[in-house]
Amino acid sequence: MPFFRISARIMGASWRINITEQRTQLANRIKETLFLELGDEDMIDKRLLHESRRVSNFLMITIGLGVAIAGLAVVQARAFSHIVAEVFLQGAMLPQVWNSLMWILGILVVRGIVQWFSEVTAHEAAIRIKENLRERFLKTLIQLGPLYARGERAGELVNTAIEGIEALEDYFARYLPQLALAGLIPLFILFYVFPLDYESGMILLLTGPLIPVFMMLIGKLAEKKSLQQWRALSWMSAHFLDMLQGLATLKVFGRSQDQARVIGRVSDSFRRTTLSVLRIAFLSALVLEFMATISTALVAVALGLRLVYGKISFEEALFLLVIAPEFYQPLRNLGLQFHASLSGVNAANRIYEVLNQVENLEGDVLHQEMESNMSITGIPKDLTLSFKQVSLVYAAKEAPALDDLSFDVRSGERVALVGPSGAGKSSAFSLLMRFIEPTKGEILISGIPLGQFPPAQWRSHIAYLSQQPYLFSGTIEENIRLARPEALDSEVKEAAQKAAAHDFIVSFPQGYQTLVGEGGASLSGGQAQRIAIARAFLKNASLLLLDEATEGLDAESESVIQNSLTELMAGRTVLMIAHRMNTVCQADRILVLDQGKIVETGSHQELVQQQGLYSRFVQEYRGVTE
Amino acid sequence: MKGLTFLLRQMAPYKGRILLALLLSALTISSHIGLMATAAYLLARAALHPAVMDLMQVIVGVRFFGIARAVFRYCERYVSHDVTFRILSRIRVSVYEAIEPLAPARLMFIKSGDLLSRIVGDVEIQKDLYLRVLAPPLVAFLVLLGFGLFLAPFDRRMPLILAALFLIGGVGIPFIIKALGQRAGERKLKEKVQLQIQTLDLIQGMTELLSFGQEAVYLEKFQATQKSYSLAQRSYARLSGLSGAALGMVSNLGMWLVLVLGITLVRQGKLDGVYLGMLALGVLSSFEAIQALPMSLQNLEENRAAADRLWELKELKPEVEETFPALSSSYTWDSSPCLEISHLSFRYTKNDPYVLKNLSFEVPLKGKLGIVGPSGAGKSSLVNLFLRYWDYHEGSIKLGGKELKSLNSEEVRQLLGVVTQKTHLFNATVKENLLLAKPQATDKELYEACRKAKIHDYILSLPQGYESMIGEEGLKLSGGQRQRLAIARVILKDAPILILDEATTGLDPVTERDVMQEMLNLMKNRTVLVISHHLPIVQNLDEIVVINEGEIVEQGTHQELLNAGKLYTRLWERADIFKSWEYVL
Repeated sequence: MPFFRISARIMGASWRINITEQRTQLANRIKETLFLELGDEDMIDKRLLHESRRVSNFLMITIGLGVAIAGLAVVQARAFSHIVAEVFLQGAMLPQVWNSLMWILGILVVRGIVQWFSEVTAHEAAIRIKENLRERFLKTLIQLGPLYARGERAGELVNTAIEGIEALEDYFARYLPQLALAGLIPLFILFYVFPLDYESGMILLLTGPLIPVFMMLIGKLAEKKSLQQWRALSWMSAHFLDMLQGLATLKVFGRSQDQARVIGRVSDSFRRTTLSVLRIAFLSALVLEFMATISTALVAVALGLRLVYGKISFEEALFLLVIAPEFYQPLRNLGLQFHASLSGVNAANRIYEVLNQVENLEGDVLHQEMESNMSITGIPKDLTLSFKQVSLVYAAKEAPALDDLSFDVRSGERVALVGPSGAGKSSAFSLLMRFIEPTKGEILISGIPLGQFPPAQWRSHIAYLSQQPYLFSGTIEENIRLARPEALDSEVKEAAQKAAAHDFIVSFPQGYQTLVGEGGASLSGGQAQRIAIARAFLKNASLLLLDEATEGLDAESESVIQNSLTELMAGRTVLMIAHRMNTVCQADRILVLDQGKIVETGSHQELVQQQGLYSRFVQEYRGVTE
Repeated sequence: MKGLTFLLRQMAPYKGRILLALLLSALTISSHIGLMATAAYLLARAALHPAVMDLMQVIVGVRFFGIARAVFRYCERYVSHDVTFRILSRIRVSVYEAIEPLAPARLMFIKSGDLLSRIVGDVEIQKDLYLRVLAPPLVAFLVLLGFGLFLAPFDRRMPLILAALFLIGGVGIPFIIKALGQRAGERKLKEKVQLQIQTLDLIQGMTELLSFGQEAVYLEKFQATQKSYSLAQRSYARLSGLSGAALGMVSNLGMWLVLVLGITLVRQGKLDGVYLGMLALGVLSSFEAIQALPMSLQNLEENRAAADRLWELKELKPEVEETFPALSSSYTWDSSPCLEISHLSFRYTKNDPYVLKNLSFEVPLKGKLGIVGPSGAGKSSLVNLFLRYWDYHEGSIKLGGKELKSLNSEEVRQLLGVVTQKTHLFNATVKENLLLAKPQATDKELYEACRKAKIHDYILSLPQGYESMIGEEGLKLSGGQRQRLAIARVILKDAPILILDEATTGLDPVTERDVMQEMLNLMKNRTVLVISHHLPIVQNLDEIVVINEGEIVEQGTHQELLNAGKLYTRLWERADIFKSWEYVL
């Protein structure tokens, strides 16, 4: 569950000075959110448990070592009670108990080592699972293609791939082993206690838990408690961020100075409400603590009384006293790990949302890839393109993005796609790039269905220039070379010269070795465009798909880019999504698209003469009445 | 260090509560010590077969400690959370007070993608300040003091042993591990950054990777990085694993030493054997007090770094100094004052080039002026000056005949109704967002404003109407709906001067036309300034000023400028006109 979002729901506006009304409203919102139902999640997330099979050996070792530690604790308790009894009751001196003392010393060293090992194996399990999940996550994303990972979602996906998967660390390294130990160790302890002293065993069994019942109790309560604390804090942070983000707006309306007081007031009323909720939630900690300590006390008192009547030996009684807390320790530790469980399940939801997508793919690239391997047909350099009654529907209930679209592009022809946003221009490009497959109809390349070529082979014939080209973290040279890694240095330079990028590149101190992208120098929109054009030159593909950049270019780079593009188009088949009049004028033919259909077609001159939509649009926009 | 002082100052008002929380914490741990110690003592006494009545006192003691721990823990939780919330609230307020005068001018110069989220994060991390930084060492000290005093009468060496091991386990070992782990930790961090960058490349650059057939190469690169990240994690885990193991060893060693010392004392007749088990188990239990110290050391670092960054913010000076008081309340502005700009030049800092150069123009009373130009021409800097986010030093801006600089900035902003491209809607109800513009507005006024902004019907169609939540988890409003709400706000504000700064950018053309129509209605009796790089919006205004690189290059009506055939005409020709296809449909 995305808590930060839930927290936003209770966010209150705070500039209104009508305090009483606002306060009750605020308090209600807080209570609503804190008591929001938790959903009946199991203690173990099935998907994550399934993942853990991959590293079951490491987890088993971790759990085994955990039990071994408990075993060592039992031995140590034995030695300890023996020593104390000997010295206290038998008047033994140091040499007589020296052996046992050495035992304790040995055990405490071994115990430390075993504990260290168990931590290392636990982390190893987590590291392996994280590696595996990350790899699958990214592979899945690549299979889903750029249409899935575009826009705002991209940032979210990066976050899930890194931080989301990282959040599983504690789930696998701590929570899962602890869950097993919380079941095993108490049983193990009982196994020692019962033969020795039936009564103490019964006290442990009854006061402590009927273990599963007790676990469920902490499970639900502890989960709820840590959830509430977490929500409480994220609620305030979200409110604070909202105010900071809106500072300029607050200033315009002259409300910004009041806000300090308001933030304090909201914080205060929030604290009061939250504490009144936590007051109840903390009871779970009280119960847990109470059960553990009072039963130790009960065991001690019962043992003491029986000692008085000589029904049990001092040594055995002391031994039982020492190991009684060990019985509860794993349960208390588990309580500490609930946050890990919670954030683990949270992260899992985000991860599997993506991983499960692959199962939902239909008629997708993956299947096509299998079939297409059979084809060995080459693609001619002077290819022709035709859309045959192509329809594309993204989601079942939505209007089709492309509706029975048919058109041909001759070899060497320049075709401009024009039309309102949502008319289907980008969808046509996505189909051509094979980021998605048509719902109906087919695309023919020189008469051969596109689906018969392996996507990678087909894409090697296309140079695609996007509106906002992406620069990878690395040098400028690497970024250009991406188009053809084996290219010679001279070829890279030549491509950059043709793209009018060479001059600005060598003006950097490091020239072609200048680092760009994330963590490198930031290039202007125009410079990034020119790098992308250099890539296209270097690739030297016969088909050019051009999505014209519209904004963020200064006047100077615009004309430079225009010139390089004109050179790039020469001798190639070009399909462009055009936004500017002078680009459109360069096209041999213009396809006017609207709602997935072609409504008009022809050259600029022809379309203007047709007196159709196109000409009306151009004229009215220009404000010229001829 | 300044950061720490800042934090301490935020905590100072709550020292009573903090003391109480510390005391409760120490008592919680002491109860555990007490339970194990009295229980061991009870068994030892019982082993001597006394009359049960003689044991009653001890039995009561055992039961008391058995119950006390849970009660103390509960109270401690409550008080420490109360303290945490109070400290956080104070820090939040004080950070807000520091930032408020800085916004937005100074904040733009701190180059960081997500400055605000970072600030919020730096504040939020202080939730650990009490519980995980301050409390552990102080509680450990209290326990050491208290239990040491209890041990001393038995033998002076016992508290010394305890203190030595507390120091080794709670301070020495954590410091050593931290020093050893420094390199591994840094490597881990570095590899993680690398991993992050490559993931970003894979996801955001996927279109390029697929179209150049390089996805497999990049995936391999990613895997290699992930392998070295895992290696770094492994070596880090090996070191951090030492921490828990060492603590366990130290506590058992403490118990062992006391046991050996006790045995010697018993033999020498200086200690009654009945106390032997009690002392050993008591000491073992007392090490609970240092469990949280390694964590505290780690958190101290983070909290301090965060506090230092917050402190830096507090030291910044605001961009605009308020030297002039508000005009007397009896002063009345013209119903719609004019704006006169003469010889205005402006640059953001002394080292920057001028973004506005010698501008002079005038917006007469109720006049309507458009300002256009390519991106980077200086249009938005002009708005920043009008809103008094920055001060100008060359030339003058006169508002209703008064020099803008000499006016109180709150007062200036009262006169301006501004719709910008970035309208912030708060995570609150629709109604609350509207009330921002006029807190005392009646429902009727709200509805009227929304009707004018053509958003009333839409709001009513929502299940909760004006009480619907908007923002992150609430309704996702479209760009057009957001702008309409912004317009409704401006209508409510009813300011005499209206500034539309790229108010329709990002809207689809149909909406753009609708919204523009609403604004034109709103403009009728006001002084209006429309700034846009999107030309159709300005063509019907009284006059258009064309700015390029900070200078006025042309001025006139739409027709005049078109006929002149200069930059304005070129802008028209180059305009991405096919983006606004629906404009005529």
